[in-house]
Amino acid sequence: MSERRVELEVLRYNPETDREPRFQRYSVACREEWVVLDALNHVKESVDPTLSYRWSCHMAVCGSCGMMINGEPKLACKAFLRDYAGVIRVEPLAHFPIERDLVTVIDDFMLKLKRVKPYLLPAQAKPIAEGAYRQTPAELKKFKQYTLCINCMLCYAACPEYGLIPKYIGPAAIALAHRYNQDSRDGGRDERQEEIAATEGVWECSFVGACSEVCPEHVDPAGAIQQVKIRSTVDWYAEHLMPWLKK
Amino acid sequence: MAEKVSRKPFVREMTSEWIFRHPRYLRYMVREFSCLFIGAYTLLMVWGLKQLADGPQAWTGFLEALRSPASIVFHVLALGFALYHSVTWFNLTPKALPVQLGEEFVAGGVIAGAHYAAWALVSLAILLAAGAF
Amino acid sequence: MARSNKPLVWGPFAAGGTLTAFLTPVLILLTLLAGLGHVPEALTYEALRAIAGHWLGKLALVGVVFLSLWSAAHRLRITLYDIGVRADTAVATAVYSTAGLASIAAAAILFRL
Repeated sequence: MSERRVELEVLRYNPETDREPRFQRYSVACREEWVVLDALNHVKESVDPTLSYRWSCHMAVCGSCGMMINGEPKLACKAFLRDYAGVIRVEPLAHFPIERDLVTVIDDFMLKLKRVKPYLLPAQAKPIAEGAYRQTPAELKKFKQYTLCINCMLCYAACPEYGLIPKYIGPAAIALAHRYNQDSRDGGRDERQEEIAATEGVWECSFVGACSEVCPEHVDPAGAIQQVKIRSTVDWYAEHLMPWLKK
Repeated sequence: MAEKVSRKPFVREMTSEWIFRHPRYLRYMVREFSCLFIGAYTLLMVWGLKQLADGPQAWTGFLEALRSPASIVFHVLALGFALYHSVTWFNLTPKALPVQLGEEFVAGGVIAGAHYAAWALVSLAILLAAGAF
Repeated sequence: MARSNKPLVWGPFAAGGTLTAFLTPVLILLTLLAGLGHVPEALTYEALRAIAGHWLGKLALVGVVFLSLWSAAHRLRITLYDIGVRADTAVATAVYSTAGLASIAAAAILFRL
């Protein structure tokens, strides 16, 4: 099999000894078919065991290995070396604090996911004895794409508004809320509006669209956000111009 | 017993250099800046209406001013930016207004295409009605 | 978290963005033609006075002016924040006031006709 010498420029940061991050260069003999994650694993196994990063499935379904590769948010297991020429710069996902090396602090993201109540809130409680929910293919199709999110946070790294306004709830959280709002079994849209129709919800989005461009699962959070904006606007005007319609 | 590691998360500062991080951000900025030209053109319209209200001489003066090199340059630039706004707006519309027919969603290209068609019709109709030809 | 009142400004922005997408290029073409020496019939004094004199014409013109200016104003507000201008309240006040005042001015002008 073919080999290729790859230069990696990796951001390092040790909270116990470093005042600020620095870059470290690794020269790695790689196989042609490798991804950046393979190169990092080789570094960790054979060159520098202190290098820290998250990874798990190595097949783009777990969402663990998100990083900036040459300035672009990517899954390290999906970034093929053959697509890169010259030195490959590897940094932690943008817009998140750096814990150590390529590991980011993701608490903010996890809290935001929880805030949108990502579970079915049926309008009427349905006991198990009453049987299963029934759903037509059309009803499933309505929310299916928004279920595909693997929580990789590439969208947060791509979104300049999240970078500028850390309070912004962000693309994945809104797409997740939309997933439940669009589900025929759910009746919790009103509750979720308290979070996503707030100022730090959809209204910080300016439809850059970078989130949808970098999403490895084609969830299209940007689309979800605009749909929520339109529905929220219609609701707002209906509520204010025709208050007698309040249910 | 494991030793305790002290945490000191490092926050990277966000500067305006994000705009140059990838061509998509530059394209976004161009789209956003179209607002300056569309806004300026609309203000020009308001100015024109004022000249119209002031009488035939004022209106002739306005038409004269439109012939200046500065006006032509502005118009060409404004047209370019306005077209970019239109194209980006129509291309993004299907994402904001998905249409589900039966089980499938109508292809984005169809929705955008319908907007382009309507745009062409409206523009042609206005040009004809305005006696541009 | 409480629901935002952003829809108040976003609604006209979306409407204006759509309107300008359909309309602004052809309008620019008309005045560009005039600037190049070929004045379209509708831009002659008599024709335009007739359009602007009709209540429907006035309504349409004020609508186009307001929605175009409002969507431009809103976008400018966002853009300034994007490039690092942090004084959002001041910017918002400035841009929306300009759009509002210019629209009122247009309405006043048309009212005279």
